[in-house]
Amino acid sequence: MADTPMLELRDAARYFDVSRPALQRLMANEGKRILRAVDGISFAVPKGTTLSLVGESGCGKSTVARLAVGLYRPSGGRVMFDGRDLAEARAASEQRRRMQMIFQDPYASLNPRWRVRDIIAEPIRAFGLLPNRAAQEARVVELLTQVGLSPLDGNKFPHEFSGGQRQRISIARALSSNPEFLVCDEPTSALDVSVQAQILNLMKELQSRMGLTYLFISHNLAVVRQVSDRIGVMYLGRIAEFAPAESLFRRPRHPYTRALMEAIPDLDMTGRTRIPVGGEVPSPITPPSGCAFHPRCPLAGPRCKAEHPELKPAGDAMVACHAIEEGRDAA
Amino acid sequence: MSAQSPLLEVRHLRVEFPTRRGTLLALDDVSFTISAGEVLGVVGESGAGKTMTGAAIIGLLEPPGRIAAGEICLDGKRIDNLRYEDMRRIRGKHIGAIFQDPLTTLNPLYTVGQQLAETMTTHSPITPAEARKRAIGWLDLVGIPAAAQRIDSYPHEFSGGMRQRVVIALALCAEPRLIVADEPTTALDVSIQAQIITLLKSLAREKGTAMMLVTHDMGVIAETADRVAVMYAGRIAEIGPVRNVVKQASHPYTVGLMGSIPPLDRRVERLAQIDGAMPRLSAIPKGCAYNPRCPKAFARCSQDRPELLPAGATQAACWLYAGEVAGNG
Repeated sequence: MADTPMLELRDAARYFDVSRPALQRLMANEGKRILRAVDGISFAVPKGTTLSLVGESGCGKSTVARLAVGLYRPSGGRVMFDGRDLAEARAASEQRRRMQMIFQDPYASLNPRWRVRDIIAEPIRAFGLLPNRAAQEARVVELLTQVGLSPLDGNKFPHEFSGGQRQRISIARALSSNPEFLVCDEPTSALDVSVQAQILNLMKELQSRMGLTYLFISHNLAVVRQVSDRIGVMYLGRIAEFAPAESLFRRPRHPYTRALMEAIPDLDMTGRTRIPVGGEVPSPITPPSGCAFHPRCPLAGPRCKAEHPELKPAGDAMVACHAIEEGRDAA
Repeated sequence: MSAQSPLLEVRHLRVEFPTRRGTLLALDDVSFTISAGEVLGVVGESGAGKTMTGAAIIGLLEPPGRIAAGEICLDGKRIDNLRYEDMRRIRGKHIGAIFQDPLTTLNPLYTVGQQLAETMTTHSPITPAEARKRAIGWLDLVGIPAAAQRIDSYPHEFSGGMRQRVVIALALCAEPRLIVADEPTTALDVSIQAQIITLLKSLAREKGTAMMLVTHDMGVIAETADRVAVMYAGRIAEIGPVRNVVKQASHPYTVGLMGSIPPLDRRVERLAQIDGAMPRLSAIPKGCAYNPRCPKAFARCSQDRPELLPAGATQAACWLYAGEVAGNG
């Protein structure tokens, strides 16, 4: 399908000014401090598919999620929603209705003073989608059933539910405006594994039934493998590798992707020892020169310290790595 | 197993929380042992009682929670009925604790060196200079680079992974015989997690320290623990050698729990899931607590509560393994 992608980022960036107050800066004679949370990334999410972003904390994946729904404006580059500039699209409520977000913490994202039916009906009322109370109530019942809750649950308050049930309420709320595009920021990382399986199954089921498009943010590679069509691996505000899901797992190319996979505990107990990635994620305020991963990278050479690698095609993937471009990886 | 008695023995432990609406049973008849040098993993969903078990052992149950029955023995001596002051001396010296959040474990107003030295001088008669020297040694051992310089840093000057290393050093520095580690790697990224797990494992091996590792991360358990206890609704559902519990579980709950872990090596269309949710403490079903969700439940499961019964290489609290009635299923 040569369709317009649902979401497209073109060299999008988001910087945060974390400088100290001007007077203190003047006295200490220091410059401004800029945190480059997202530093020029591009990707497109075709309609009806799932694109996942993975990475460790501080890599900028949640900032991308917020850029994608317009909670942040890009400091540079463009964010396009269905072929239009996102800022322009968001001016119209008809466009805003088409995108929704599911947050990580189901304990913090539901108003404790509202009944569940009001929480779910809020987008319907805000967008003026259904004219009368009766129609709204019928829709809430329909949504509750869709996410596997009982219609009677609408009368309860959020505290009466477990974490998994609350996440179902968040999903019902997100679906209530009939969106086409859902941004899910770590939707299952606050949940137990058995509950996580329920929520992931529900999300996949809803996608195939309604043709939803997902931007899925997670740090858990095993979860990402279950839901994604395409995966972007982020490191310090940039994309290190971008590949179709199966290809990424069959043949991880970027040294960081490989390190991430090797660091995952081995549940099959094949006796494989975990190879920990040495060191830690550097500060995005003072990122290392050249390739941000070079201080931790086993393949780092002089060029990696000096020059920032661009994403280049490698097989069916895109990889930002000098070593791979030069064929220095012995994979 | 061997002739030597276990280091930690928990027998028929029962923890209750009196509330206005009646008494809640947080732990019900929990029994297990840990030997010196052994790592016992404790897994289960939130609210299953994992953390509560750890808190009862280190004597830090939050009031109004209290031990209502059973006993906890360290090295053959009961520690569950000690006075606060006596228990305080055992904590740190004989039992070290590692908690989930490294930021709240450390005192932000003291340098890490002061905190390590305080722990050591409290529990053994050493000079401040000696304590400082040993503190540098511990920081070095847990993998903090340039320990001699970092010892005078405050907790906020360390990153999350480094802070958790400091917490581990703090738990180890009085050389306790038992370490209770409650979700020690949950707040950390995978790459850091691997470093910390490798460290804990090698320390337990080298020093012969017994460890109770509480976590919901089955991967961490699989590579660290020798034996695993699976908890459900305040009870032990299954306990046995790690390989048997993870790969050939006997209890239907363990089977469901293991099945719901998303696999890394392949994509499945639909993950196995356990329908429903764990019961609240105020509404634990009669009989086996898992019976309403269990695909293999039969009449007896909703009537009588099963004890831990031998089931292959593990022990499972499940009527499927009561030889004489299994035919009724």
